[in-house]
Amino acid sequence: MSQTRRQQLAARFREFLPSESVIDQPTSLTAYECDGLSAYREQPLLVLLPENTEQVQQIMRVCHEQRLPVVSRGAGTSLSGGALPHAEGVVLSLAKMNRILQVDELARSAVVEPGVRNLAISEAVQAKGLYYAPDPSSQIACSIGGNVAENAGGVHCLKYGLTLHNILALKVVGADGELFEIDQRALHGDGYDLMPLLVGSEGMLGIVVEVTVKLLPIPLCARVVMGVFDSVETAGASVAAIIAEGIIPAGIEMMDNPAIRAAEDFVHANYPVDAEAILICELDGTEQEVSAQIERVEQVLKAGGAVETRLAKDEAERLLFWSGRKAAFPAVGRISPDYYCIDGTIPRKSLAAVLAGVRQLSEQYGLRVANVFHAGDGNLHPLILYDANNEGELEKTEELGSKILQLCIQHGGTITGEHGVGVEKLGEMCIQFSEPERNQFHAIRECFDPLKILNPGKAIPTLARCAEHNAMHVHDGKLPFPELERF
Amino acid sequence: MQTEIDDVSIEDELRTQIRAVAANGAEIEIIGGGSKRFYGQAIEALPIDVSAHSGIIDYDPAELVITLRAGCKLLDVEALLAQNRQMFGFEPPCFGVDATIGGMVATGLAGPRRAYAGSIRDFVLGVKMLDGRAEVLQFGGRVIKNVAGFDASRLMVGALGTLGIILEVSIRVIPVYETELTLSYEHASADEHIRWINGLGSKPYPISASQWQAGRSQLRLSGSEQGVSQAAKLLGGDSIEPGWQALKEQQLDFFDPKRPLSRISLPPTSPDLLPDTAQLIEWGGAERWCCGDIDVVALREQVASAGGGLCAFRGHAAEVPIFHPLPAAMLKLQRNIKSSFDPAGIFNPGKIYPGL
Repeated sequence: MSQTRRQQLAARFREFLPSESVIDQPTSLTAYECDGLSAYREQPLLVLLPENTEQVQQIMRVCHEQRLPVVSRGAGTSLSGGALPHAEGVVLSLAKMNRILQVDELARSAVVEPGVRNLAISEAVQAKGLYYAPDPSSQIACSIGGNVAENAGGVHCLKYGLTLHNILALKVVGADGELFEIDQRALHGDGYDLMPLLVGSEGMLGIVVEVTVKLLPIPLCARVVMGVFDSVETAGASVAAIIAEGIIPAGIEMMDNPAIRAAEDFVHANYPVDAEAILICELDGTEQEVSAQIERVEQVLKAGGAVETRLAKDEAERLLFWSGRKAAFPAVGRISPDYYCIDGTIPRKSLAAVLAGVRQLSEQYGLRVANVFHAGDGNLHPLILYDANNEGELEKTEELGSKILQLCIQHGGTITGEHGVGVEKLGEMCIQFSEPERNQFHAIRECFDPLKILNPGKAIPTLARCAEHNAMHVHDGKLPFPELERF
Repeated sequence: MQTEIDDVSIEDELRTQIRAVAANGAEIEIIGGGSKRFYGQAIEALPIDVSAHSGIIDYDPAELVITLRAGCKLLDVEALLAQNRQMFGFEPPCFGVDATIGGMVATGLAGPRRAYAGSIRDFVLGVKMLDGRAEVLQFGGRVIKNVAGFDASRLMVGALGTLGIILEVSIRVIPVYETELTLSYEHASADEHIRWINGLGSKPYPISASQWQAGRSQLRLSGSEQGVSQAAKLLGGDSIEPGWQALKEQQLDFFDPKRPLSRISLPPTSPDLLPDTAQLIEWGGAERWCCGDIDVVALREQVASAGGGLCAFRGHAAEVPIFHPLPAAMLKLQRNIKSSFDPAGIFNPGKIYPGL
């Protein structure tokens, strides 16, 4: 793509956008080359930063007319390359649309622009005793528009749901620049329910320009208990036992020994470094309710084989217990030059079998793996430790990651619980979904975007991509056509 | 657990049937238990009974997920869940002993707990279905967190079978509450109730249902013994016998089967639009039932400008469209979605809107 084309297009967009809202200098474009999955990089033709819905519509009309690929981008924290630019297209950054438009205390909802940060919503309504529940670990930085695109989760999903469950209405600019609304404030609407299609569609069905989120009352009390185990199996079984008691914890997280050690070295949360696994279980509600339930959970943990249980005695200790878990990713980053985060989900009962399989694969590939696990909802995050400076180690890591995801599929799970497919898991999509199912995804996409200009090449593999992927599997380890680009 | 299921023979039979129907250019009406057949536009098409496709595929209470064939009877499934001290969070109505799981999902109708626990869509995790090409498609899965591919499984909820035949569905379940308590309060007007019930929403009370009718509000509290008794102390009110089952099944006197029934859906804090008409208001103000003659066309306009919709639920004159009309561009988009699953338009044609 020539510099002339770039300049022509920049001039076209500057007809209706302020000059500084059109980024066309290669040095400035570099900042947008990748998202949180930095192994994949691409320079876009232009980056556009609209300030309002009308500008988004104008941009989409031009892109539609020119058949220009559009990659929408929030804060760029995607871990799957969902916001990786297209070399022949534009990046549409929603970062400037970052206003909280309205907070309705009586209706417990807030209307926000897509660039508003997840945590900023809760901060803005805290004084009213309300908060926005989904809390992905990137919540300080990630934007609500990106959360909608990825159906972001967090540690409180089991009790409070995913992004889908906490959104009341969306305003969306379609591929042709027309605005449409999905308004579910009335809790029931006639016709098809398009909300679940839009939420988690990875920027392929429209550009979200306004989000109405549900706000919840802040729980009066939250307490945490930690269970220490000498095997991951007994820790996993204890999660099932808590649920069998009829208790839905606000959060229940598990870490294995390598993750415990890494976290302890980093934040000194006083974790038991010799334990094979720990469970961190949080309960919330009224004070009496939580006191009664936490006692029951402690009993269940002991009965289930915990070698020790620890009850956080105050808020400071509760936060200390959490600090290790919340710092698990950067902690692993300290003990290895690079790490690669996997995002499979499995039925909880398969936990022990899957972890054993991961251990075996880890040995086979000679790469260390630390596991953190949203134990309540079966979402497993193995972190593969590697060094990108070692020739071929990234490729080996990706192959190990793919093997782990295939293991999740074999156990009735899925290749991505909350990080999205992006460019990263296109190959595994070929395994999880049959050709007619993938064709149906493409057909749904074409209902919204017949020209296929929205985030092309992401989330749903083409027939050719899967043919190639399957061929790679036939010749395991020896890739045919090594000169071909592989996303 | 699993029940004895006769492998895939019924599924194969259905595929053969659909291929034949598609080849003949015919249309079919998908029938489960028939308990909710009244819901939606009346259609004339070849009825195909899918209720024999039943059986429990997987239920492990500790996973909080049940996977069922669509022909399973709703009452049987609820009894099984109750044995394991679990239930469906959305409190679905049966409207008849033959109600099936497939019909429950296809109609998307939920009961009093919907406003507090979530809709059927919120709890569906995966669907196996037959599309208009007689292909078996599976979307979603059996796990709570899953973002692989577009979430087409939840699209089936409320689609009234117009996208295909639901074969199997995985649904998240929740534990039953330790205890429940129903309280009653006086609120002379609908607006008074609406302000009161929404005001309670900003406090973490364990509310699981609410209703207002003829000057009286009712509140159901569900949760742990401690949580419910603590909230009851703060909320006051008179403890009464619960009538939520009758409300859910529309067996209260309010629901006079001889008169047309309308469901008005509004953002919960919307002021009352019908101060002179008898209404039953639930879901914290979002669902407002009206039993009697109303000017559907005029009211639809008013409701739409308040951000809601009106469904001519039951017993209206034949020429009144059942569902709230969609804007033209949205209808076109939804027709395209219908065609993408069912290109020849063989499933429940026109059940929701013309072409849908």
